[in-house]
Amino acid sequence: MTRPSLTSDESFRTLTAKMKHYEVEILDAKTKDKLCFLDKVEPNATIGEIKSMFHKSHPQWYPARQSIRLDPKGKSLKDEDVLQHLPVGTTATFYFRDLGAQISWVTVFLTEYAGPLLLYLMFYFRVPFIYAPKYDFTTSKHWVVHLACMCHSFHYLKRLLETLFVHRFSHGTMPLRNIFKNCTYYWGFAAWMAYYINHPLYTPPTIYGEQQVRMALVLFLFCQIGNFSIHIALRNLRPPGSKTRKIPYPTKNPFTWIFLLVSCPNYTYELGSWLGFTLMTQCLPVAFFTAVGFIQMTVWAKGKHRSYLKEFRDYPPLRSPILPFIL
Amino acid sequence: MINWQWTAKCNMASGIAKWVSVMSAPAMGTTKTAHSDLAPKKKKGPGALATAYLVIYNVVMTAGWLVIAVGLVRAYLARGSYHGLYYSIEKPLKFFQTGALLEILHCAVGIVPSSVVLTGFQVFSRVFLTWAVTHSVREVQSEDSVLLFVSAWTLTEIIRYSFYTFSLLNHLPYLIKWARYTFFLVLYPMGVTGELLTVYAALPYVQKTGLYSITLPNKYNFSFDYHTFLILIMLSYIPLFPQLYFHMMRQRKKVLGHAEEYKTE
Repeated sequence: MTRPSLTSDESFRTLTAKMKHYEVEILDAKTKDKLCFLDKVEPNATIGEIKSMFHKSHPQWYPARQSIRLDPKGKSLKDEDVLQHLPVGTTATFYFRDLGAQISWVTVFLTEYAGPLLLYLMFYFRVPFIYAPKYDFTTSKHWVVHLACMCHSFHYLKRLLETLFVHRFSHGTMPLRNIFKNCTYYWGFAAWMAYYINHPLYTPPTIYGEQQVRMALVLFLFCQIGNFSIHIALRNLRPPGSKTRKIPYPTKNPFTWIFLLVSCPNYTYELGSWLGFTLMTQCLPVAFFTAVGFIQMTVWAKGKHRSYLKEFRDYPPLRSPILPFIL
Repeated sequence: MINWQWTAKCNMASGIAKWVSVMSAPAMGTTKTAHSDLAPKKKKGPGALATAYLVIYNVVMTAGWLVIAVGLVRAYLARGSYHGLYYSIEKPLKFFQTGALLEILHCAVGIVPSSVVLTGFQVFSRVFLTWAVTHSVREVQSEDSVLLFVSAWTLTEIIRYSFYTFSLLNHLPYLIKWARYTFFLVLYPMGVTGELLTVYAALPYVQKTGLYSITLPNKYNFSFDYHTFLILIMLSYIPLFPQLYFHMMRQRKKVLGHAEEYKTE
C-alpha cells in the first residue's frame, strides 16, 4: 500500500488525527475527582457532544448546566468548539463545574413580562382588595389613565411577542434563581406604578397638562418603534440558529441610523419610552422605575460596548454605549 | 446595632458600575465588618498615607466613643438614675455616629477591603436610628431603650475602633481581639433589643403626627407611610439578626478557634 503524498503539514495532521480516536477524561474542577472517562471520542466531536456523553453517565447534570473548561479556573469552552482544535493531547483532560439548575431565557422572559401585563390590568380594572371597596370595578374618569393602560399593555405585549418571534438568544439558559430575582423586579415595580396611576385619587399631569401628555405619547410611540426597529436589525444580523456576532450598522430604516452614534440603541429607545411614560403619568414611582432601569441598562450597554471593542478591531470609534457622546 | 444584610435576593450595585451579588459570608458582623480580621494574610496594604489617615480616623473614633462612655457615666453619677441619660451625650453621639459614614467612602476608595454595600447598610442603619427615629421623635428620647442601645453601641465601637487601630499598627493585643469577638455575644442582642423597643415606642407618635409621611392626592402621585415603614423595618430584624449573629459566632470560632477547641475536647 502506497503512502499518500504529504503535500502540507496540515493535511498530515488531519490525516493522523483521523486515524486516532481521542480519550477524554472529565474531572471535577474543585475536587479534581475523576467524574467520567470517555474513550474512542471522534476528533471532530464538539464540546456539545461531549456534554451529551457526560450527561449519559451523570443524568442529573444536563448539558445546559455543565461548564467544561481546560483549566479549573479558566473560561468555559463553547459548545461549538471542536476537540481536535483545542490545545489538548490525544488524552484530553477537562474540568467540570456545575452551573446549577438552569432555566431557558425564553421561559424567564415570558414569565417576567406576563406579570406586569396582567398585574397592571388588575389595578386598572380596580379588582377588589386593592382600593377601598366603593371603588371596586370602577374606572378612572381621567382619559390619561386609559391612555397609560394602553401604552403599558402595548409595551409588554410587544416584549412578549418579540421574545417569541424576534429575538435570537446567544445562550439557551440562565441560572434558575434569576427568574425569582427578575420577576420580583418587574412584577414589583409594575404593581407599585399601577397602584398609583389607577388610584381613585390619581392627579393627572398638572405642569403642562394636556400638551404634556401629548408630547409624552409621541415620545413613547417614537421610542417603541425605534426599539422594535433595533430588535429587527439585530435579528437580521444573525442567521437562524446561529450565535454569530457582527457589528450592527444603520439600515434603510431611519430608526436604525442611531447606530452611528450608539452601540446599544435598543436601550436608548427603551429609556426614551419610559421617560415618555413618566411624563405622561407624572408619577414618581414611574420615575424611580425609569431611573433604576436606566442604571441597569447603562451597565449592560457598557459591557456590550466593551466586548464589541475587544472583538472587532475596526469598531466605529464615534459610538458611545448608550447615550450619544455622553455615556 | 442593627446591621443590614442583603442576601442573594438583593443584587444592588456595590457601586453604580456593577451589580454585585451579596453573599452572607463576608463582612457581616454587627458593626464588626470584615476589615482586616477575616484573612490577615490577604490584607491589602493601603499605602503609607492611607494607613496614617486610617490610624488617625480610628483613633479619633475610639476617643469619640470614649467621650460618650464617660459622658454616660458622669451623667449617671450626677443624676443618680439611669433615666434620661440620652440628653447628656446627644451631641457627641450624633457627631461620631454620623462620622461613621466616612467608612463607606473608605471602602469605595479601596483603602479598606470591605464591601461598600455591606458597610453602607450597616452605617445607614445606625444613622437611621440616630436621626430618623431617636432625634426625630422627641418623645422616645427619654425611654430606657435608648440607653440600652446607646450603651451597646458605645462599648462595641470602643472595642471595634481600637481593634482597627491596633491592627493597622500591626500590634494587636490578644485581649482586644478576644474582646471584639466575645463581647458581641451580649452586646449584639442588647443593642437589637434597645433598637426594636425604641422603634416600637416611636410608632404611636409617628402615626398620630404623620411624621415623614406623604398622602394622596398630590401632583407626583406618590405616597409614603412612615408608620408602616417602621413596622417593616422591625420585621426585617427577624431574618437579618440571626444570620448576622451566627455569622459572627462562626467568625469567632475561626479567629479564636484553636483555644476553644482544646477546651471542648
